[in-house]
Amino acid sequence: MIFYVACAVAAWLFLVGVYGIATSDNLVHLVLCLVVVQASTYVLLSAVGYRHGGVAPVFADVTQTQTTVDSVVQALMLTDIVVEATVVALLLAITVQIKKRTGIVDPNNVNLLRG
Amino acid sequence: MTALPALPVVIPLLMAALLVALGSHLHRRLMDLLALLTAGSVAGICAYLTYKSSQGAPIVYWFGNWTPEKHFALGISFVIDPIGGGLATLVAFLICAALLFSWRYLEAVKSLYHALMLIFMAGMCGLCLTGDLFNLFVWFEVMTASGVTLCGYKSEEHGPLQGALNFAVTNTLGAYLTLTGIALIYAYAGSLNMAQVSQTLIIHPPGGHLVQIGFLFLVAGFLVKAAVFPFHFWLADAHAVAPTPVCVLFSGVMVELGLYATARIYWAVFAPSFHASEGALRTVLLTMGVLTAVVGALQCFTQRHLKRLLAFSTISHVGLMFIGFALLDSDALAGTAMYVIGHGLVKAALFICVGILLHRFQSVDEFELQGIGVNSPWTGLLLFLGAIGLSGIPPFTNCVGESMIDESAKKMGLEWLSLVFIFAGAITSGAVLRIGARIWLGWGVRDEDAISRGSQKAHLGPETEGSHRRVPWSMWVPACALLLIALALGEIGPFRSATRTFSEQMLKTADYNAYVLQVAPMPAATKHAAGDFDSSIGKQVIALAIAVLLALLSLFPDVLGSARKSLGSLVDLALRPLKALHTGRIGDFVAWFIFGIAAYGAILLLCTK
Amino acid sequence: MKFPLRQLLFFAGAIGMAILYALAFAHLPGPEGLRSMYRDVINLQTVEQRHITDAITAVNFDYRGFDTLGEEFILFVSVMGALVLLREEKDQGGQKVPDAAWPARSVPPGDALRVWTLWMTGPVVLFGIYIVVHGQLTPGGGFQGGVILATAPLLIYMAENLEVFKRITSHEWVEIAEAIGAGGYALIGLIAFFYSKPFLTNVIPLGPGGTNINVLSGGMVPLIDLTVGLEVAAGFVLLLYAFLQEMLVKQGDQ
Repeated sequence: MIFYVACAVAAWLFLVGVYGIATSDNLVHLVLCLVVVQASTYVLLSAVGYRHGGVAPVFADVTQTQTTVDSVVQALMLTDIVVEATVVALLLAITVQIKKRTGIVDPNNVNLLRG
Repeated sequence: MTALPALPVVIPLLMAALLVALGSHLHRRLMDLLALLTAGSVAGICAYLTYKSSQGAPIVYWFGNWTPEKHFALGISFVIDPIGGGLATLVAFLICAALLFSWRYLEAVKSLYHALMLIFMAGMCGLCLTGDLFNLFVWFEVMTASGVTLCGYKSEEHGPLQGALNFAVTNTLGAYLTLTGIALIYAYAGSLNMAQVSQTLIIHPPGGHLVQIGFLFLVAGFLVKAAVFPFHFWLADAHAVAPTPVCVLFSGVMVELGLYATARIYWAVFAPSFHASEGALRTVLLTMGVLTAVVGALQCFTQRHLKRLLAFSTISHVGLMFIGFALLDSDALAGTAMYVIGHGLVKAALFICVGILLHRFQSVDEFELQGIGVNSPWTGLLLFLGAIGLSGIPPFTNCVGESMIDESAKKMGLEWLSLVFIFAGAITSGAVLRIGARIWLGWGVRDEDAISRGSQKAHLGPETEGSHRRVPWSMWVPACALLLIALALGEIGPFRSATRTFSEQMLKTADYNAYVLQVAPMPAATKHAAGDFDSSIGKQVIALAIAVLLALLSLFPDVLGSARKSLGSLVDLALRPLKALHTGRIGDFVAWFIFGIAAYGAILLLCTK
Repeated sequence: MKFPLRQLLFFAGAIGMAILYALAFAHLPGPEGLRSMYRDVINLQTVEQRHITDAITAVNFDYRGFDTLGEEFILFVSVMGALVLLREEKDQGGQKVPDAAWPARSVPPGDALRVWTLWMTGPVVLFGIYIVVHGQLTPGGGFQGGVILATAPLLIYMAENLEVFKRITSHEWVEIAEAIGAGGYALIGLIAFFYSKPFLTNVIPLGPGGTNINVLSGGMVPLIDLTVGLEVAAGFVLLLYAFLQEMLVKQGDQ
């Protein structure tokens, strides 16, 4: 049951985040909405890796016969988080430069490339 | 063979790290030389790998020596077949051309430019060679991150920043949807290796629409990268502001890699599971292709910014490539492969010509440059040659590709597709002919208001240093070489037959699975003849004729006399809404993205029987 | 495009996507039905085969180490990107615009802040190194530990000002450290070539196993942890540097 709830949360986060990007009027807000969209992939990956009664796959404390959650999915999430952090850093650098060059932070007004 | 398959990715990454470490202490020419040598060696290695994989079976390389245990894939694999290897060779080759173009004269920030280009190359080569879904995603992200940085490279101006922002946000959104798709597929199939997933999907077919939706989500990011309508808005913006060598790569290979990834995912993973919905998929892909080709061509003709014009023509031609892929047939795939190579080479040469114009005259605005080209006649010759190449006449390589796709379409009863090819080829070629005539021959009405009205957008700051009075050899030599190869490659018989042979091999999913998972050896590929594809020459000549006519009409509209006003307003009525759509605002692009995915998904599901 | 039109387009698409999501999830077998061979094989093997108890690190740096190499270079590229995008302006003559004189901070840091942050710096560095080094034993690893290490100069910046931050993080050396970290991962992978094995094979002796697993177990995984930790720490310090520098120039303008 919790699996389907988590999946629904993932879908909701994705759509809400994209709504935020589509209707944003501030570049920093836009970048953070992208972070929200990313969060949807984390939730989905965690849900996919979940097992009832599973514990973390760190065998220092846990014997190997116990049910553990999926470790591959968590490795994917680690990669995912690093990718997101770096993309956000890049986007924020672009935002800072746009504000510095044009004084505008509203994505709807940054319309230098039209047609 | 224990080292070679990994090298196309590892060597550029190592060299990039080295360049950054030694950055401030290296002389500019040494940096150029190191980068060029790295790119050249990667091109050589990829060519060799392509050759080896064509001699027997595809090369399967397991990283970390994690070979499949009991036919279960544990590690990440590179599966190098001639199609992927050939594309990787094209990537490395175009990087060489771009690095040669930027030799010495492009403004470089210490060694960061060279390091970024090398990492860009590593990402693209990795994408071509990999056989694992998440690895595909990782190299896709490497491509996006380095592409964004290279796009916003000239950060002193506003334009590059906005272009980079659009590029980053749209591609990252697409990547997140791809990741969602990977999560869905992993949830069902329990593996990330393409062959393994395919095997699981065959043995335990999922119910309902999981396969279609999983496929759509998975390729969403690659469709955005391939600039398919309605995800194409970012491409023109990114091209308009990126430095020329970067544009060469974007149009030449990066966009085509989105198509390649889609095709690879389809045939390596999903093809057997799609047998019921293959018709629906064909419909969706054809819709994508035709819409992209038409929209790209129409937008292309109305541009005055040279780089944007070429960007829209790339979008249009990618639409044509998608049509080739949509036929889901081995000869059509061979045609698409030839088209990718031919178009990539010609488009790269055209961008280099524009780059030469930018270097000499510091402008890429069509009206501003009117007549000024007489100072650079040879560049004009190259541009005209490239323009003709876009229309798809023989002996260009993309002509051969187009003929193969036409034949396939005829076999399926879809002859009207050749009309789309003529349409797109004629319009894009006509647009480039028009700018060629205006800039080099000085033809066309000189419109002073138009010049002053629009010139700020197109007047970019110089991207090169040094004397602007002559064109260094390092700039025109790559353009010549690219065009010569584009002319020659399609006529080489063994190349044609190899393309057909290995396209068919790419379609055989079951053999691929068995071979990668070490269940059974790969059966030998059935050799195809080079084939004679001259039946479409008539159509291609018509396309060129229409192109010339369109160019002349737009240069000398008064020829039409009284009909001019009504025709003009009609054309304007048709094209203005389209132009209004391309606002340059991220919010619009994102709304189109969601709408596009939902629409294609709806078509896919509704057309499934 | 007018705003309401954009919203309409979005909502039409969002409803469609919600339906697609629902259809996809409906046919996923629940948690018990999900195929988990990949997880099972790795969880059963990782301790004996690799002498690593943290399965996630094993997957990240050993089974799927090649992905992590790509991921590391994404970080590398983004840091370079931030540096390229936020680089110093050149004026018309090609001279660098001189840095604004360090402005006095508008509000000097309070004593409580200074005591706390300066005192915390040592433990933070130690903790970061601990996380990096024990990656294969407990949750942690190069990425997590590297980020923790990168916060140490930030703490010093908070206590002092940008000039001190610049002094302790020499731009050139941090860049070199980052490049060494990134290149180091690829070089470790190359070691396998000397044993005629494919790239990134774990050929370094695996160290103690069984119940004696310690920081030296895992073969090349601890080494990779170190290089990744170095790269991530250096990368984030560079990012901080670039953004703080940008902020400084802006403050100087006002």
